[in-house]
Amino acid sequence: MLSSHIKKTGNSLEKTEKGSWVMKYIISGILGAAALGLMATAASAGTLEDVKAKGFLQCGVSTGLAGFSAPNDKGDWQGLDVDFCRAVAAAIFGDGTKVKFTPLSAKERFTALQSGEIDMLSRNTTWTINRDTALGLNFVGVTYYDGQGFMINAKKLPGVNSALQLSGAAVCVQTGTTTELNLADYFKANKMEYSPVVFEKLEEVDAAYDAGRCDVYTTDQSGLYGIRLKLSSPDDHVVLPEIISKEPLGPAVRQGDDKWYHIVKWVYFGLLTAEELGITQANVEEMKASGNPEIKRVLGTEADTKIGTDLGLGNDWVVNIVKAVGNYGEVFERNVGQGSPLKIARGINALWTKGGLQYAPPIR
Amino acid sequence: MSQDIGYVRTEMALPQPAPLRERGPLAWMRKNLFANPFDSVLSIVGFFIVAMIVPPLFNWAIVNAQWTGTDRTFCATVAQGGIQPDGWSGACWAFVKAKFGQFMFGRYPLDERWRVILVAIMFVALLVPLLVPRIPRKGLNSVLFFLVLPVVSYFLLIGGVFGLPHVETPLWGGLLVTLTLSFVGIVVSLPFGILLALGRRSKMPVVKMLCVIFIETVRGVPLITVLFMASVMLPLFLPAGVSFDKFLRALIGVSLFASAYMAEVVRGGLQAIPKGQYEGADSLGLSYWQKMGLIVLPQALKLVIPGIVNTFIGMFKDTSLVYIISMFDLLGVVRQNFSDAAWASPQTPASGLVFAALVFWIFCFGMSRYSIFMERRLDTGHKR
Repeated sequence: MLSSHIKKTGNSLEKTEKGSWVMKYIISGILGAAALGLMATAASAGTLEDVKAKGFLQCGVSTGLAGFSAPNDKGDWQGLDVDFCRAVAAAIFGDGTKVKFTPLSAKERFTALQSGEIDMLSRNTTWTINRDTALGLNFVGVTYYDGQGFMINAKKLPGVNSALQLSGAAVCVQTGTTTELNLADYFKANKMEYSPVVFEKLEEVDAAYDAGRCDVYTTDQSGLYGIRLKLSSPDDHVVLPEIISKEPLGPAVRQGDDKWYHIVKWVYFGLLTAEELGITQANVEEMKASGNPEIKRVLGTEADTKIGTDLGLGNDWVVNIVKAVGNYGEVFERNVGQGSPLKIARGINALWTKGGLQYAPPIR
Repeated sequence: MSQDIGYVRTEMALPQPAPLRERGPLAWMRKNLFANPFDSVLSIVGFFIVAMIVPPLFNWAIVNAQWTGTDRTFCATVAQGGIQPDGWSGACWAFVKAKFGQFMFGRYPLDERWRVILVAIMFVALLVPLLVPRIPRKGLNSVLFFLVLPVVSYFLLIGGVFGLPHVETPLWGGLLVTLTLSFVGIVVSLPFGILLALGRRSKMPVVKMLCVIFIETVRGVPLITVLFMASVMLPLFLPAGVSFDKFLRALIGVSLFASAYMAEVVRGGLQAIPKGQYEGADSLGLSYWQKMGLIVLPQALKLVIPGIVNTFIGMFKDTSLVYIISMFDLLGVVRQNFSDAAWASPQTPASGLVFAALVFWIFCFGMSRYSIFMERRLDTGHKR
């Protein structure tokens, strides 16, 4: 018995030593990380210079939203927001793969941008005045015009084809979101009654709606299409035409670095211009030989052009963007449009020439 | 004549089998399931519950399950835009198969995953001999496991030396993160917990107060809050560009938490040791550390094995909370992949969650069984 006690003691003493060793390990880790951090601060001129010095773009994306940023089977990020990051990386480095993604929760996203953890935020973020002013962000544009919509179970609410007929319905909604507030405003403004069925997590809302605990589901319209994929009988469900809120989603950068702001903004306009001029991933090389002066200006093939260099990039910046991800239309269709399981129609996200809102100032 | 009266049996009577009502499955059922009316009702209700749950579950998980496939169409019915007949309901194991690499390694680069596998092999190869009491050379084994392995793993996983490409921790994920967090948490929390428990029962006021303050502060704050503070608030206090590795923050947070809980478990054991043991040690002239190391702790720790393992299992599962600071442990990666539109179907979430539950269960059940084994082995002297 005594020997077993001594043995045991030996063990516990050993463990104590191990503990102190582990502590040293952690402390050295902290110091190492701090040293790395300090090294990172040493170079801090402009964001473009920092990004070039690092050799990659650090881009904040969402932790997972179908069509906008989600990992594929290989674990690579895919989506509209993700492709925008790739486009910026391509414009800077001529290589769309020189980008690292930081998945961020809704609460972390602004801190990460303010603290310099990421160079730009491309995370289905709604552009609001508060975020432009109080939070110190600069939104570069609207890569996706979204809005809150309704999906109804047509079996339970036959004959309903407008949100104004929804009086008395049970509505599933995620709690603590602007969605919930917009819903309340909309029903109050139209003098209708409804009974909210609220849940903390989106997955719970999906499950409750699919199980028939409510007749109506409300969230951003892009989200409604993603949810339809998870319903057991999607044909019974209809997305109503009404959009009750404006949710312009776009990438944002920190305030105080106009050069960087312009680069990210013009990458967005570059994507739109490429679509407008019919420049696609497939034909970009042929287009370089085009005689059309507008195309020549955009692709930087005009003699002594300075458009790209004035921006701080190479003159072939649009060529690099389109080679990496295609034009805006291609990015849209591949990630959320007809080329994806979501099959969202272009709608107001079409070019201004086709009745949509996507409009780019001239590149000249 | 008289000799014919007496009859002495020369052989033992063969034992008769028990009466029919005392043996066989029927008797077993009567004894164990239908001993009285109340038992009978409970048994019947229980039987119905099992009959209602098990066959559909079996059908869902095995019979109707889709084992192969390349995208959501394999796991969706025709009405849902897939290939399965309408009314089909089965697990989508094809999803788990396609995402298996991510569930294990997160977004650790494909070409570098052999490094994680190598670490896992070394871990198992060193852990198993450590856990089996019969295998000798425990000393060397522990040195390798607790000193050499972490260093080797650190360099192998992080890289950046010996020509190995650097893999930053945001790319880590899945089971790799779950196991790393819990391994470090377990190895740090036991010794720290013991020291804190001793400190809390110490007669030195400063040491005692520091330990009480630490334990009560950490126990008084939810882990979520600490992780959240570390990920959202900390970067605002630091100068621009300085950032601690998120994974390191999570490691420290989890370790501190587990230490505080462990301290209270160990303190329970220390209090259960009769005063006579302390006094006996004192009367032998042992120093404080000898007293604790030779007499008190061996008895105390043995008493609280269930509590210790309980804390370990709790911590293993708590690692999922790193999801809120956008680090993806096994559960986080599984849930993240629900957002992949290529796999979105009504069956995908359930299949992914069942898989995650199974993996967690295997590890927790393993720990629990090993703790029972250790309890039996160390159950010396207090057998009842």
